[in-house]
Amino acid sequence: MDISQFVQRNATCWEIQPKGAMRVPAIIYADQQLLEAMDQKVYEQLANVATLPGIVEAAYAMPDAHWGYGFPIGGVAAFDPDQGGVVSAGGVGFDISCGVRTLHTGLTVDQLQPHKQALADVLYRSVPAGVGSRGRIHLNHDSMHGMLTGGARWALEQGFGEEQDLERIEEHGCMAGAEAHYVSPKARERQKDEMGTLGSGNHYLEVQRVAEIYDPEIAKAFGLRKDSVVITIHCGSRGLGHQIGTEFLKDMAIAAPQYQITLPDRELACAPLNSPLGKKYLGAMRAGINCALANRQIITHLTRQAVEKVFPGIHLSLLYDVSHNTCKLEHHTVDGKKKPLYVHRKGATRAFGPGHPDLPPVFKDVGQPVLIGGSMGTSSYVLCGTKESEKNSFSSACHGAGRAMSRSQASKHWQGRLVVDELAARGIIIRSPSMRGVAEEAPLAYKDVSAVVDVADRAGLARKVAKLEPVICIKG
Amino acid sequence: MNSKLATPYWEHFEHGADIGIRGIAPTLEQAFEQAAVAMTGVVTHLDLVSASKVVCIHCEAPDNELLLVSWINELIYEMSAHRLLFNRYEVVIDDGKLSASAFGEAVDQQKHQPAVEIKGATFTALRVYQQADDLWVAQCIVDV
Repeated sequence: MDISQFVQRNATCWEIQPKGAMRVPAIIYADQQLLEAMDQKVYEQLANVATLPGIVEAAYAMPDAHWGYGFPIGGVAAFDPDQGGVVSAGGVGFDISCGVRTLHTGLTVDQLQPHKQALADVLYRSVPAGVGSRGRIHLNHDSMHGMLTGGARWALEQGFGEEQDLERIEEHGCMAGAEAHYVSPKARERQKDEMGTLGSGNHYLEVQRVAEIYDPEIAKAFGLRKDSVVITIHCGSRGLGHQIGTEFLKDMAIAAPQYQITLPDRELACAPLNSPLGKKYLGAMRAGINCALANRQIITHLTRQAVEKVFPGIHLSLLYDVSHNTCKLEHHTVDGKKKPLYVHRKGATRAFGPGHPDLPPVFKDVGQPVLIGGSMGTSSYVLCGTKESEKNSFSSACHGAGRAMSRSQASKHWQGRLVVDELAARGIIIRSPSMRGVAEEAPLAYKDVSAVVDVADRAGLARKVAKLEPVICIKG
Repeated sequence: MNSKLATPYWEHFEHGADIGIRGIAPTLEQAFEQAAVAMTGVVTHLDLVSASKVVCIHCEAPDNELLLVSWINELIYEMSAHRLLFNRYEVVIDDGKLSASAFGEAVDQQKHQPAVEIKGATFTALRVYQQADDLWVAQCIVDV
């Protein structure tokens, strides 16, 4: 990307000043190196987002931003319903509420070491992964309704989890305002056998060791110690979310002229927050969030059962569960006034700082854990929300590494079996139903997440707390 | 060469995080068929899929581009909801209405080694047009 197109505000903040139809500026958080390496499409897409009705302050891109659909992946934008603000199905994406959940095991790396292979095998058998896999739960009409309105709380009521899990999930495990009747029969059909499945692509379940602590005080509050073992789950709302996204994208693209919305890119398809279509999407999308929360809750249960087989009597507790594809109603200060805004985070993680009223007591003093997934074989990070991120980016931070190489390039470059062997030589066990999938997800096909996280820390989006390194990866 | 005699074909094109599917053929219908073949090619090698089942698809849209997205999304729905993979398609388009047959079989992880599940067809790089040589092109990015 040509950096002369930007006004540099400081070492990690770059502004595109409003021009043409842009209603607000667009801001990218990156250092010069990351910005230069970013696709020019991020510039175009972010400038397009800045043209949408009712956008407030600025359109933001996180340091891991890359070319997405309508919105860049790593895009954040807030809309004011009183100023004709919109909700965009493209701004949330197909995988509604895709996110990351991390569990403490209480084990040390040394305790895990002799049982690594056994744990990899039992996890791979216990958590359905890959294309065409089915869960062990079949949802009928009533249980589907319960799941769509209850999220992780519903899963808990079915016996999947513990009461104390809920306070460590955004929205306390249940997204309010979900309207299950706006979820189509097709979306339900896609989901009825998919609860408790990981999916494919970059979704995974990973056993990780805490490799480094950057902030001992916050790490202590989060329960993270060097060389302790955690388990991280990365997945979303499965077929149901994809179908909701697909259907509303089309409906919003067709309805845009009726709402006098000029779309610079059809993928930005949106509807006014106060319109019937906008409200319908919000209701369905929130049900999609509940589906993702329930799904990660069930996978947590399956993981607990699996780990118990290898380590009898062990207890896995939640660190936290974050979603990085959402649109949520939040209160933010604009021009000195608190306002209800609809914040879209497309490949961006909420990062509430210390003292935020929506945080559970356990994180009130430090801020919320911000879980940054790596890719298979690379590091992941735990960050913490900061007070500054409120004014920087409506309390948002990055979500992961982003690809450096396309899937077809990756599968030409690497063979799945060799990738598995290479990682095994580094002590990382991979289990996957598809060797082609493994090749497409090869570690070098992704950008270096460390550089992204460093910039997020320096830019004040979130504070670095700990680095996690993979030990076992179950890949969809 | 007369473009009416050209052999329909498909290809993938690059997108940063995902992948583009493109069908090129003498008729609009064949271009749609080829784009769908390209979509299967994202998931698995076509030679690995046999055509033992047939599924009928109907959809409509106000223009050809939205029709392409609707068509691919109908297939993604069938693949996802009924755990299927297709390797051959027959498409008829009449006044914005598409009717088709998709031939394939149930997913078998061992046999097909499916690389990735497709979440949806997007409006990104979405184009349906006739080239200067009269061949039809139908393309879009799919989110995986």
